[in-house]
Amino acid sequence: MKKLSTNTIKGIQNSYRQKEFSPTQFIEKCLETAKKTKDLNAFITVTSDLCFNQSTESERRIRSNTCNFLDGITVAVKDNFCTKDIRTTCASNMLKNFTPTYNATVYSKLMNAGACIVGKTNLDEFAMGSGTVDSIFGPTHNPWCHGENCRIPGGSSGGSAVAVSSGACVVAIGSDTGGSTRNPAALCGVVGLKPTYGLVSRHGLIPLVNSMDVPGIMAKKVEDVCLTLNVIAGPDELDSTTLKTKFNPIIIKDDIDLSKIRIGIPKEYHCEGMSDEVIETWQYVIDLLANEKCIMKSVSLPHTSVSIAVYSILNQCEVASNMARYDGLEYGLRAGADYSTEELYASTRSEGFNNVVRSRIFAGNYFLLRQNYEKYFIKALKLRRLISNDFNNVFNVDQGVDLLLTPSTLSDAPLYKDFISKNNRDQCAFQDYCTQPANMAGIPAISVPIKLSRNKMPLSLQLMGPMLSEELLLNVVKKIENLVNFPFLEMQ
Amino acid sequence: MNNMNFRVFSKTGLKRHYSSHAVKNFQSVVGLEIHAQLNTKTKLFSGAQNSFGSLVNNCVSLFDASIPGTLPVLNRKCVELGVLTALAFSCKVNEISNFDRKHYFYADLPAGYQITQQRAPLANDGELKFQVFTPGIHKKPYNKISKIKQIQLEQDSGKSLHDAELKRSLVDLNRAGAPLIEIVFEPDLEDGEEAAALVKELVLIVQRLGACSGRMEEGALRVDANVSLRHFGEPLSTRTEIKNIGSIRGVANAVRHEIDRQRSVLQNGGKIINETRSWDAIAKVTVPMRDKEVVQDYRYMPEPNLPPLRLNLTTKGDHKDVLSVPLIRDQLPVLPEESRTNLIKDFKLQPVIAIQLVNEPTLLNLFYTLTSDQHRNATKIANFLINDLLTVLNKRKMYVEDCSISVENLSQSLDLYLSGKINLDVCRYVLNELLNDSSLVPFEIVKDKGLLLMTDEKVIEDKCMKVIEDNPKLVKQYKDGKVKVFKALLGILIKSSNDKLDMSLASRKMEELLKK
Repeated sequence: MKKLSTNTIKGIQNSYRQKEFSPTQFIEKCLETAKKTKDLNAFITVTSDLCFNQSTESERRIRSNTCNFLDGITVAVKDNFCTKDIRTTCASNMLKNFTPTYNATVYSKLMNAGACIVGKTNLDEFAMGSGTVDSIFGPTHNPWCHGENCRIPGGSSGGSAVAVSSGACVVAIGSDTGGSTRNPAALCGVVGLKPTYGLVSRHGLIPLVNSMDVPGIMAKKVEDVCLTLNVIAGPDELDSTTLKTKFNPIIIKDDIDLSKIRIGIPKEYHCEGMSDEVIETWQYVIDLLANEKCIMKSVSLPHTSVSIAVYSILNQCEVASNMARYDGLEYGLRAGADYSTEELYASTRSEGFNNVVRSRIFAGNYFLLRQNYEKYFIKALKLRRLISNDFNNVFNVDQGVDLLLTPSTLSDAPLYKDFISKNNRDQCAFQDYCTQPANMAGIPAISVPIKLSRNKMPLSLQLMGPMLSEELLLNVVKKIENLVNFPFLEMQ
Repeated sequence: MNNMNFRVFSKTGLKRHYSSHAVKNFQSVVGLEIHAQLNTKTKLFSGAQNSFGSLVNNCVSLFDASIPGTLPVLNRKCVELGVLTALAFSCKVNEISNFDRKHYFYADLPAGYQITQQRAPLANDGELKFQVFTPGIHKKPYNKISKIKQIQLEQDSGKSLHDAELKRSLVDLNRAGAPLIEIVFEPDLEDGEEAAALVKELVLIVQRLGACSGRMEEGALRVDANVSLRHFGEPLSTRTEIKNIGSIRGVANAVRHEIDRQRSVLQNGGKIINETRSWDAIAKVTVPMRDKEVVQDYRYMPEPNLPPLRLNLTTKGDHKDVLSVPLIRDQLPVLPEESRTNLIKDFKLQPVIAIQLVNEPTLLNLFYTLTSDQHRNATKIANFLINDLLTVLNKRKMYVEDCSISVENLSQSLDLYLSGKINLDVCRYVLNELLNDSSLVPFEIVKDKGLLLMTDEKVIEDKCMKVIEDNPKLVKQYKDGKVKVFKALLGILIKSSNDKLDMSLASRKMEELLKK
């Protein structure tokens, strides 16, 4: 089988048609990779049998020329998307033995398009984290630097990013609440898209922050992200917050003219703690784009610095509310203590959740108390509006820009031992700095790998655009991809 | 404005002895919050069946059990019925309303929160006009208006069943997520009778709208009453709340007892504490609810999974996600108040009769059908329905709506009675027979059993003569001026003729003969 690491969906399906290799052969190869890279701990559950069955179905369709968009394409799904008859854990003791009886819309759509699922990927418990270190199944490791002195993959969709980066699958689904798809994509050297809020259904995604969660897509090549988006996007009756307008599939052109595109560089993203290498990478791409006659412009998003604090408050309030359902009665963990209902709740929740989850519940409930609601929650909502308005202003048709270019993260992937020396809250406040404003505003954002750092770790940049600007975003990323020629990882 | 202060009498007629001073000084203030289950096929936010009395945990969708990852999808029919009800109460329907989460931990609340409309409800500022009239307490009906603060859509909870013997609790989620409207009234009532009359009128209205079955015994309509006492002219003082009262008489009794309890606490120098109480219908007392002692902070938060609920207030343009309020307004039926006015105006019925008829929707429909024949007297028909048919049904403990007598049979029985061919007792007997066997025909029943009244004057005269001849003593007394014995003579006549004479004819004839 020829080199697969940079093969695209189109390329793979072409090989199927040319009979260079078959879906079952390809799936075996992916499962083999997953097995060989077991130490990376990308997967919570590997679904070999199911994947194999799906691949034989794909093979049949390809033979009869009724090939679907994703036939014979391996996918991995973050373990916070409900998958029928496949355990869905959220990497939490609470749902360790939870097997849903229904499918998330995203998963259904992938399956209907012929995708073959390799497995469910690791995450921080209930997607609360930016390192994929806080999982009951142990941390996931960055495939670019594992073993001794290993580095984190980023999070919380670290398992998905590692699965793509290591070649266990072509496409992976993550979720993105404050950067959970873009952050690990950036640190693992793959493309990570957070679509416009409401473009992709959240039905079946176990929520972190309902008003910010979006299913995210990761792949090595932006055209595969695009193809997958075309499969999973669109209105869903089961999610009332999906946009009602019909989704038109996005087409990536081979070579777009950048000379009419205005890209803003928000000065507030040049923040304290950002590594020199990241700043250099940022400048490098600014220069590349300017070379392509792209109109580059410095812009201001004045409320950026407060965004992370506001994000933190809103996040914790919704967490407190969303987690109220885990009481040990209907599903999930039920602790032994049952001499009173209250005791059952308390012991179940204290055994079921880790410290991070429990402390967010605690803080969120505090902010929602009658006497604090105005002071914290309402204020945070007002600031969220201002942050969102910042974006509206820079994307304003008359004098604004079409897209924004920023770093995705403040540095390359941190060493595991350094990362865990700080607590989860501080890490999130640091790691999510560049990514969470897009969630606050609901706008699409994408992380694209640019080059390697001195540590031979991926460095990535982020592009953001106004609501539903995915087409432009993906096309510009395609152009950047061609220009930077990022060296993808070859697993041995 | 109705500033009358009511002396309260219990049903048994026991008079409460308050010093005139106390009565003058305390005014009771009552406000209601009513939860009505909406009559829809499916629940408020899920496709699970919304029905009473189904097999335990058999009408539960994944969403109703709060399975992670499931999301609420608003049921359009619930919005429609909510708006219809709001319009019936002359509310201002809001163009945009929002859903909120109200948090508390309880076994029958699977998500740990209830989705409700706390901050921006479906409708505001309505009113309910009703008449207060309890036979035995009020001499005549009087009008009252209670203002509506807001009407909101919300989810019902499941039901907890506590097995004391095995020391375990079981949960039935069939009701979890069922659609409710909560109607919040201003505290502008004065006593239990007014509260009960309000509830009665509200039940009639929601039944007419088809919005709610109104069956309080099934929990389809539940009443919370807040009660406080104050000195006249002073602001509202601390109130207590009586939760989940399950019948109309229960509302009257619970409120009356709570007013009495508070009055005696205050008269003894005590203080009323803000608490939630429940009504014990058997012991006839309100008792504090233990699990609600702590003041709850519900930590309200906007429901992020539901976009704002938008309504079209101006045009009849209906859209999948935006209902037209003018279109819903077109569906409004004639409301009970209007029916009563029409009955009094068009049929010259007494107000009390009109109230009673409107209180029984099935009887009211029968009334309209039976009066379509112009020959019949409307008041007699109304009396027949209210007094006779209702009595027969009540004796059998039957609901009026379950009455199996066909309209033809009912009108035949009525005509037999009104034309004097049978008497009232026979008429009731016929109704009973018809309830036993719906294949029977009234005319044949009376013919077969020989129950038709004798209207032949000659026969009647003979019978009367026989009584006069057989009772010379009584006749003498009568002729001596003791007219009271006339009744006794008639009694003998009834007995001797097996109650088969047309008595109006017979008594006229008897009088004639005696005066000869």
